Amino acid sequence: MNNSKKQLREVVIKFAGDSGDGIQLTGNQFAETTALFGNDIATFPDFPAEIRAPIGTVPGVSGFQLHFGDTHIFTPGDAYDVLVVMNAAALKTNLKSLKPNGIIIANISGFDSKNLRLANIPEEENPLENNSLHNYQVHKIDITKLTKLAVAEYNLGNKESERCKNMFVLGLVYWLYHRTMDKTIQFIEQRFKKEPIIANANITALKAGYNFGDTTESFTYQYEVAKAESQPGLYRSINGNQAMAMGFLAASLNAELPLFLGTYPITPASDILHELSKHKGYDVYTFQAEDEISGVCAAIGASYGGSIGITTSSGPGIALKTEAIGLATMLELPLVICNIQRGGPSTGLPTKTEQADLMQALYGRNGECPLVVIAPSTHSDCYEMAYIAIKIALEHTVPVMILSDGFIANGAEPWNIKTIEQLPPIKSNFITTDADSNNYMPYLRNANLSRNIAVPGTRNYEHRIGGLEKENITGNISYDPLNHELMVKLRAEKVERVADIIPPQKFESGNEKSSLLIIGWGSTYGSIGAAVNELNNEGYDVAQIHLKYINPLPANLEELIKPFDKVMVAELNNGQLIKLIRDKYLKDAIGINKIQGQPFMVKEIKESIINHLNNA
Amino acid sequence: MHNPESIDIFTPKDLETDQEVRWCPGCGDYAILNSVKKILPDLGQPKHEFVFISGIGCSSRFPYYMNTFGMHSIHGRATAVATGLKVTRPELSVWVITGDGDALSIGGNHLIHTLRRNPDLNILLFNNQIYGLTKGQYSPTSEVGKVTKSSPVGSVESPFNPLSLCLGANSTFIARTIDKDAKHQQEIYKRAYAHKGTSMVEIYQNCNVFNDHAFDIFTDKEIKLLNGIYLEHQKPLIYDGGKKGIRLNGLQPEVIDLEEYSQADCMVHDETDKTKAFILTQFFENHLLPRPFGVLYCDNSKPTLEGGMNNQIERANIVDKKLAFNSLLMTNAYWEVK
Ligand code: SF4
Repeated sequence: MNNSKKQLREVVIKFAGDSGDGIQLTGNQFAETTALFGNDIATFPDFPAEIRAPIGTVPGVSGFQLHFGDTHIFTPGDAYDVLVVMNAAALKTNLKSLKPNGIIIANISGFDSKNLRLANIPEEENPLENNSLHNYQVHKIDITKLTKLAVAEYNLGNKESERCKNMFVLGLVYWLYHRTMDKTIQFIEQRFKKEPIIANANITALKAGYNFGDTTESFTYQYEVAKAESQPGLYRSINGNQAMAMGFLAASLNAELPLFLGTYPITPASDILHELSKHKGYDVYTFQAEDEISGVCAAIGASYGGSIGITTSSGPGIALKTEAIGLATMLELPLVICNIQRGGPSTGLPTKTEQADLMQALYGRNGECPLVVIAPSTHSDCYEMAYIAIKIALEHTVPVMILSDGFIANGAEPWNIKTIEQLPPIKSNFITTDADSNNYMPYLRNANLSRNIAVPGTRNYEHRIGGLEKENITGNISYDPLNHELMVKLRAEKVERVADIIPPQKFESGNEKSSLLIIGWGSTYGSIGAAVNELNNEGYDVAQIHLKYINPLPANLEELIKPFDKVMVAELNNGQLIKLIRDKYLKDAIGINKIQGQPFMVKEIKESIINHLNNA
Repeated sequence: MHNPESIDIFTPKDLETDQEVRWCPGCGDYAILNSVKKILPDLGQPKHEFVFISGIGCSSRFPYYMNTFGMHSIHGRATAVATGLKVTRPELSVWVITGDGDALSIGGNHLIHTLRRNPDLNILLFNNQIYGLTKGQYSPTSEVGKVTKSSPVGSVESPFNPLSLCLGANSTFIARTIDKDAKHQQEIYKRAYAHKGTSMVEIYQNCNVFNDHAFDIFTDKEIKLLNGIYLEHQKPLIYDGGKKGIRLNGLQPEVIDLEEYSQADCMVHDETDKTKAFILTQFFENHLLPRPFGVLYCDNSKPTLEGGMNNQIERANIVDKKLAFNSLLMTNAYWEVK
């Protein structure tokens, strides 16, 4: 069939189905193919909380949202143009975010009486039958049946044939957006190398889906989205946790020190462990400890021995590591703690995103215990922020906390690859060369207040350190009141001096004359950026500052904030950075807060800003 | 054994630090410190390759009094810190100094997992059956009925049998010694050092301030022969100056009178036999049986954690790491924008 082609600038697609339907894989394949084609993309995988929630139910719905276009894509999108649903529960969960007149591709078999019952929809209210979807372009396709027919020749069992249905859908969507199947065919061949029949069945299903689009008259248009303009260079698609792992690896190579990850599995941080455990050949130790505490303590032991000790976790695990982080602060050893934040408190929302651990990062330890806190702003930014975290930890002999979150960790975007040569050098403070006699003063400081760390096994550097208060310079135990005060201040000042090496803060949009300043940090970069862009295109004049360094804050921040009468702080928590801004700069800032386990929608931020501007 | 360069020869005196020792006068910790100092120079490893890592408690002050590398870490976590150090620096001799509260209460989880992983650490567990540093509460090794500040009418909790716990956690080396017997301690510490894998040494240590006389039955001249039995590999279990022995009746150990029976009737100690080792750890539960001192179990066949981890790293070793890393960044599908 010859369909008419329609040119689009950007599209948001949501794939949704049961967590056993292969939705994540389908979404990832489409994302990679689309990125490879040259669109800018942003993805947002949305996992169910339970690994095996009952099939067909609302809690079992797994989703993958993808936004792609020919222009810069800031976020995964507020609302979908296309919703692909494998069952009734998936439609029920996602319909509210479909744009008016949006496209629905629905698998009819997923709306049989059993699936309707599982989704708690009365049979007579089957949305595919009762005209409730008349505001949308609905394509009812019996994907299950068509897939089974397509792969019949392979004589697979019922379940195995059915399992190919995600490839049928993928093929259909490839056709709809005029994409090639090469990347996915390669992927399938690779993945099922040892099971050629399964490989062939999946490829057949994929092609069947594509051909179905081509032959059926159900779709009026095929769409085209042109390539985005980007900086020249080599690109790949990368998610936050992958980028984090690669950044750690790069730092370890440039510092020429082994990397030691001591950690305990926890959602959504475990993928960093999975990734790094694949790369032992780079002198990477991955230690899956018996608990969070052991993970961080083993990392401290490794740092003490002259390696780069890092630990990864999420909020509940960070809470357990707290005492050990205090030890590292006292020992003034390098340590990187990576918190992939999720909804809290307690177990909270393990698979959902939130930025509510900022106060924990800044203040959540006993005693005066400052550490460096940094926050990557996008998925790919994790690469350089992980790198910088290790650089700061080693060069300033201080623990560094990285605040990522579920959104950054799992979502992906194209990344202009930065090879290892493009990263700044790293020089550790470890002493590993023998001395003739022992004159070592463990707590003698360098210009940036870091100390030089003599590593065990270095002749004539024998010394003892520990969690008791140290005497300045000698490092001996000291209970002297004035010494304690001095040491508390020195440890704080050492963290403050990290401001000397962080890049000066700049406006992402606008300038000091703009009528309102919005400040964000971490993963909200895209949503805030898109909102500000749209507003400024609509004639407003809004300035945006996005913080990646939170402790210490950039030295010039005060000067940037000062001129504004209207300052807003947008964050996915109940108001945490705003307390810091109010405390430090005495600004009567207004918060934009969302605590729903979901990223900001662009329109939410826009509305808040407009309201505040109108509230003269 | 290493061949130290002459500059690396040192004496127990060289192990003294400038820090004033702060244990109570008469504390059993002094004797342990001295015994460790005594054997270190004989081990053939230079002083700067020894590391002592402790947790929190009276015993955990130990590293401050030992002029090697040392870290006084946090409560219960010394084994975890030591594990991170040992796997990344396998050439170092890493010792963990801990107590009954530190290792068996707050650090119990780390202890059992350390034992099953088997890094080559030497763990010296100072067991005084009391909390000393916090001034006298019952500990996980205090006996039932123990009257302390936190159990004024007697503790109702059953104590751990520490070596049985360790064996249950797949420990590859368990031994027991006592603060008052310097010679025996030194022998055991040397054995612990020689063992490749985690060596677990329980040391009965008298806290003369909060739990004095806890181990008198093993040290008092008149009665110690009756209450302790010193194990030797491949030798029959004989005690009380040769007057008594232990025989196995099926799996049940029982005391025999050697005027009635001969040495040939006695159970023969085999430190490589785990079943026998388990029986020996159970002597603790039976007050008719003497308490075994010495190496109860030693299994040199099990790989160490650092051996396993470093083997994997060596096998995967990449020669030009930076080059390989750059291509690793591009292994996923990538594209070029010109
Ligand atoms: S309290 Fe007991 S264990 Fe602690 S130093 Fe004093 S005597 Fe030794």
